[in-house]
Amino acid sequence: MSKKVGVVGVGYTGFSSVTPDVSWKEIMFQAANRAYHDAGIDPRKDVDSFITCAEDYWEGFSIFDEFVPDQLGSVLRPTCTVTADGLYGLINGYMQILTGLMDIVVVEAHSKISDLLTYNDVLSFAIDPVFNRPLIDLGAHPYYIAGMEMKRYMSETGTTEEQCAEVVRKNKLNAMSNPSAGYEAKINIEDVLSSEELFAPLKRLDISPLADGCVVFVLASEEAAKKLAHDPIWIKGVGWASETSWLENKEWGRAVYAELASRQAYKMANITYPKKVIDFAEVDDKFSYKELQHLEALGLCRRGEAGKSVEEGAFDVDGVLPVNTSGGLLGVGNTLEASGLQKGLEVVLQLRKDAGGRKLPDVECGLAQSWRGVPTTSGAVAIFEV
Amino acid sequence: MVKDVAVIGAGMTIFRRRLKETGKEMCFEATKMALDSAGMTLKDVDTVVMGSAPDAFDGIHMKGENLLDGAGGYHKPYMRVFTGGGTGVFAPIAGWWHVASGMSDVCLVVCEEKMSSCYPHPQSAFAHIWDPIIDRPLKPNLMWIFAMEMNRYMHAHNVSKEDIALVAVKNKKNALDHPCAQLGANITVDDVLNSEVIAWPVNLLDVSPPSDGAAAMLLVSEDVVSNHTDNPVWIEGVGWSIDSTMWTNRDLSFPQYVAKAAKMAYKMARIDNPRRQIDVVEPYDPFDYKELHHLEGLLLCDKGEAPVLTREGVTQRDGDLPCCPSGGLLGVGNPIAATMAVKTCEIYWQLSGQAGKRQVPGDPRTGVCQAWGDLMQYGSVMVMRS
Amino acid sequence: MTENIKKFYGEELSRKQISDGKITIVEHSPKVKYAWSCGEAMSRFLNELKEGKLIGRKCNKCNRILFPPRMFCEQCFKATNEWVYIKDTGRIMTYSISYVDTHARRIKKPILVGVIAMDGASKNMGIMHYFDEVKSDKIKIDMRVKAVWKRKEEREGAITDIKYFKPLGE
Ligand SMILES: [Zn+2]
Repeated sequence: MSKKVGVVGVGYTGFSSVTPDVSWKEIMFQAANRAYHDAGIDPRKDVDSFITCAEDYWEGFSIFDEFVPDQLGSVLRPTCTVTADGLYGLINGYMQILTGLMDIVVVEAHSKISDLLTYNDVLSFAIDPVFNRPLIDLGAHPYYIAGMEMKRYMSETGTTEEQCAEVVRKNKLNAMSNPSAGYEAKINIEDVLSSEELFAPLKRLDISPLADGCVVFVLASEEAAKKLAHDPIWIKGVGWASETSWLENKEWGRAVYAELASRQAYKMANITYPKKVIDFAEVDDKFSYKELQHLEALGLCRRGEAGKSVEEGAFDVDGVLPVNTSGGLLGVGNTLEASGLQKGLEVVLQLRKDAGGRKLPDVECGLAQSWRGVPTTSGAVAIFEV
Repeated sequence: MVKDVAVIGAGMTIFRRRLKETGKEMCFEATKMALDSAGMTLKDVDTVVMGSAPDAFDGIHMKGENLLDGAGGYHKPYMRVFTGGGTGVFAPIAGWWHVASGMSDVCLVVCEEKMSSCYPHPQSAFAHIWDPIIDRPLKPNLMWIFAMEMNRYMHAHNVSKEDIALVAVKNKKNALDHPCAQLGANITVDDVLNSEVIAWPVNLLDVSPPSDGAAAMLLVSEDVVSNHTDNPVWIEGVGWSIDSTMWTNRDLSFPQYVAKAAKMAYKMARIDNPRRQIDVVEPYDPFDYKELHHLEGLLLCDKGEAPVLTREGVTQRDGDLPCCPSGGLLGVGNPIAATMAVKTCEIYWQLSGQAGKRQVPGDPRTGVCQAWGDLMQYGSVMVMRS
Repeated sequence: MTENIKKFYGEELSRKQISDGKITIVEHSPKVKYAWSCGEAMSRFLNELKEGKLIGRKCNKCNRILFPPRMFCEQCFKATNEWVYIKDTGRIMTYSISYVDTHARRIKKPILVGVIAMDGASKNMGIMHYFDEVKSDKIKIDMRVKAVWKRKEEREGAITDIKYFKPLGE
């Protein structure tokens, strides 16, 4: 790509299990305002395009796009909804700027999942209606899909439940240093292993709990960033991919979407040996084993070795490859479509040396990765550098 | 732009109230047709953009994920965008930036709607488009807002129901020449005026029908276009805009959002006199008054002038400014996002001289299509040239 | 589509094929329930309705009084500044006479519904509501109307605390 695109502003709210004091509009307004302030822009004059990431049923509207413009400052401006997580939104903003048509693009993603009283039923509604949903209607929770996947992943790679539990311990501990996190805790792997078995081998603490929150990014072309007198965090490469919509046909032991998406991103970023270039990563950990499976798919460790590495402390804040320093979704909370942008946020904060008590020394290149969750096989990757 | 973008193939299913095919199957059929018409296979496709309106129709949460294999998204970068009724022109705009950015050489855009899955009536899904606090307690019907907008438009310019009915007469007649049409017919103004009143001033024949259907389009970059066709149609202008959510605070007599989107697209396409420079137009016509409203929004005539043009035959297929030569949504059908087939695809077919019986005379070189959505607040516009 | 394409796919189904059970279908009704946090602006708005009052928010930059109220001005993109009571009278911006209900079912007695721009708020600041005590052939755009409230003890802090609007008869 000839043009460079950078992140010139971020804004976010805290992440927590409930936010009864604000409406979904107000939570978006808060985060957007902070991002605009951070970037030093006036959304009514300076922004060329706005992108929201949302799915109707998470929100409770048939067309959520309707309810976006006022609180983002995008009335009578180019605005659209991407029905995917925040990294997909970021990728669209990135492409819009690359066309030369746009200089500054705002990307927003949020979760107000506490407004939804029937999360499990809505998730079941995502299951194929003809082939799989009748089984779910018999009473199975869609997370059983993750349970099956974990089983297969462990059996293919020799990863153990203890190693998965170690991911939970690490991420919740990391979250202790993140004031925005909703589920920080000091626990040991015994706590995880002895927590209630829900979708065996998945236990309660292996599952990231839901959270509300909002993240807003301001992206700019190199020229626009210069005008704003910013040192942006550059987007070096992006990728996104889907495997299949058939549960019956997917790879249960591998995260194929993450393999494909990262290959695309590395190619774009001219990265041949990701382990050498990527200093730290925020990867999807909606379930504990997912962090390990994703790290392998991203080529950040060899297949079957992530479990051992996490035990050895390789992914700790002071390890060889710090992973999910924010606390990940296990520690911050699963913010659904906002989770990808939350990961991007942590990478940007770390690269800006703005990560407070969890600041990593000497990092120059970080990777954020998202997965759209059960029952999907879709996800995105973005690589950032100073 | 980094790359110029051409349309080189398109496909669609028939539009009907109920089709036997599932959403995936409809996507497959439209996609296959688009690929065949361009002499390509899925292997040639780098990225896929999906356009589909509310999940509530298909009855699948995150329905983009479910449709992905039918739309050729298997193992590919696959992206769904959603701007309500604006999606039919907006999805190809998203396809445009996938190519114009240099991110991919070949982008497949697929739009789908399976409205018949929603019982008792697709309109039930629209109960959830309203604000839950200020609108939903009044138990509104979707028709109300359109009736109120139509009334405001009629009041502002003293337009008669007869003049508006002429649009329905024209489009249903045009649809007789469309092989996929659901409601092509020879009707009279009196037929429209005497049809059942749904919500005054809207009668049954003022409205397009709910439909099942799918459409697909192939967009390629200037670098590869000559490998595939010597009859490309170029995307020269794109524009989109959203107005405030607070529709009761707006004067509904003029679609500001369409005018904003049109100005953006015209500027890019270097159009300074749209009425003279545009040869054929497909404005969004889910209701007959909307064609008039949108012609004014597209700056193709003065405010209140569209009914006069219609009365004088200017908007007939052989008139000076052919409008909805496809038969539009009123005649061919209204499977929300899949109306891409009668808007964007139709302009492609018209400008490449492939529209058969519907071909506008005089070798049209510049065409415009437009869609409209959300709570009467979204405009998406594309300018194409051959 | 073209001239080159001879066959278009899609197999139409009739209502009869379905009622006769000739079509294979699976049924599912989603259990979907939400409880939206109203937030600052709407919470106050609803509580004021309970008291029989309408309240808006003023933006000190564009000087508009926004109704229904919100905590931010979408034009200036800044927080709004003060609460302002507005009147329960207004002017009909537009209306419809509906013969269908929310599920598109026919109804015998038509519903009169429209947008009322409220007195005391800025230009075009309207809300959607019903009309009554007026014949459907007498209702007009720009007609002046007034809210008819539920009795105090019946009000529950909802937009339906106003039963409907009726002509002011000036
Ligand atoms: Zn203001």
